[in-house]
Amino acid sequence: MIEFKDVSKVYPNGTKGLNNVNIKINKGEFVVIVGLSGAGKSTLLRSINRLHEITSGEIIIDGKSITKARGKALLRCRRDIGMIFQNFNLVKRSTVLRNVLSGRVGYHSTIRTILGLFPKEDITIALNALKRVNLEEKAYSRADELSGGQQQRVSIARALAQEAKIILADEPVASLDPLTTKQVMDDLKRINKETGITTIVNLHFVDLARQYATRIVGVRAGEIVFDGSVEDATDDVFSSIYGRPVKQDEMLGAKV
Amino acid sequence: MDALKKRRLSLMKRLVTLILIIIILWASSAGSEVSISSLIDGLPGMGSLFLEMLPPDWSYFSYVTDPMLETIRMAIIGTTYGAIIAIPFALLSSRNVVKWPVIYYPFRFVMNLIRTIPELLLAALFVPVLGIGDNAGIMALSVFSFGVIAKLAYEAVEAIDNGPLEAMTAVGANKIQWIFYGVVPQVIASFVSYTLYCFEINVRAAAILGYVGAGGIGLYLNNTLKLFQYQRVSTIIIYTLIVVVIIDMISNKCREKLI
Ligand SMILES: Nc1ncnc2c1ncn2[C@@H]1O[C@H](COP(=O)(O)OP(=O)(O)OP(=O)(O)O)[C@@H](O)[C@H]1O
Ligand SMILES: [Mg+2]
Repeated sequence: MIEFKDVSKVYPNGTKGLNNVNIKINKGEFVVIVGLSGAGKSTLLRSINRLHEITSGEIIIDGKSITKARGKALLRCRRDIGMIFQNFNLVKRSTVLRNVLSGRVGYHSTIRTILGLFPKEDITIALNALKRVNLEEKAYSRADELSGGQQQRVSIARALAQEAKIILADEPVASLDPLTTKQVMDDLKRINKETGITTIVNLHFVDLARQYATRIVGVRAGEIVFDGSVEDATDDVFSSIYGRPVKQDEMLGAKV
Repeated sequence: MDALKKRRLSLMKRLVTLILIIIILWASSAGSEVSISSLIDGLPGMGSLFLEMLPPDWSYFSYVTDPMLETIRMAIIGTTYGAIIAIPFALLSSRNVVKWPVIYYPFRFVMNLIRTIPELLLAALFVPVLGIGDNAGIMALSVFSFGVIAKLAYEAVEAIDNGPLEAMTAVGANKIQWIFYGVVPQVIASFVSYTLYCFEINVRAAAILGYVGAGGIGLYLNNTLKLFQYQRVSTIIIYTLIVVVIIDMISNKCREKLI
């Protein structure tokens, strides 16, 4: 379970990223965060694994405060949280397998990992992770030989190899076409169902949010302005999250 | 109307630049007492020297093979040492690896300072310390290579994609793992390429370091010149040329493969 307690974030230039956020996300949920550009979706997501530091409040993950974690404890917390980025963030010159294995570094000593001496079980874990996103035959290709959708699925495999309990995905499909978008979202959803991994995704397509989420959280100006089930997230609700009627280009359907 | 004005202005700018270049060239050649006329006066002398160099003393080839190998060895060892020391400096000078200016500014400063010293001067400094011979040459080339490679590598590190670094932070990597999985794979090809490039420079440099007593074939070039053995001089020059061309060819092939 992830719990935000009075979390606020003020950027050094004075911008309020988050304003007194309180929210609980339960194990196994598939939460989609929606909101206008600049609403604070990324800030919210990245404060969970402390890629962004919050200014006040506390974030508790499975009973432990990540906000107070220092040194090794923080690394351990991060190891249990997989992250998927809009631009995949793979090392393009490395092989797919090495990219997936990089998710395992938190489990081994520094010396072992820098020499690349992963135990056999880790290779198996990495190959299994690739199998789950249907990319095992690409294990030894260079990452930049893959299409965008495939690269994003490799980054999902990296999170799986991490044996993460939570997956955070910041606009995972924003740089993909509608067809590959569906593949990537389907993979995330399937993995969420099969393993009960808590999944939090930032999306800006209204219809995608409705199609995949079990719960929708609306953010505006750093505050949570809606939190409810898909059924409750009517067009009117979206209009109020966005502060205006939903536009056609905010529907993926319109682009297909 | 406006476009015409702009064109006239840019024409003016080019003209002024040209005049400036001519003035600078004229002033610096006057300052160093170089003149076209003295170059022309020297032509016959150069011609007769050239004739005296022919034919090369072919038997001398086998005699200078050992110093030639020593020259190459100096270049290899110097480049290797320099490249190894360059690695921590390149990392510690980079803003995206080390977040604190108190660290990266001093490292950059040392790096830039060392880069300004020419290799011949370095050799002249090391000869009194380490004595005449290839040790001084190796040290000079190490320091020189360090300057070249560290600077190029640091620029490569600062230009890498931030994405994989962020991803490595997110998986819970410690700083060393973060460097080995996020930074190293992105710069290793450039680093090896710069090292080979530096090696090419070093072979040339090593060939003249003997002039200041720092080992290698330069010593033989110096001696034969002093003794007016011009046929042996041409042997050394031809030998050096062949070695440099072959090494450049191999090195270039390797560098092409890296990209
Ligand atoms: N590093 C930063 N420094 C200062 N302000 C920032 C920084 N990062 C984000 N902000 C500001 O914080 C607010 C929230 O940004 P955030 O990136 O979380 O929005 P978002 O909802 O993810 O938007 P998008 O859909 O465009 O990704 C915005 O007003 C943004 O300008
Ligand atoms: Mg964002």
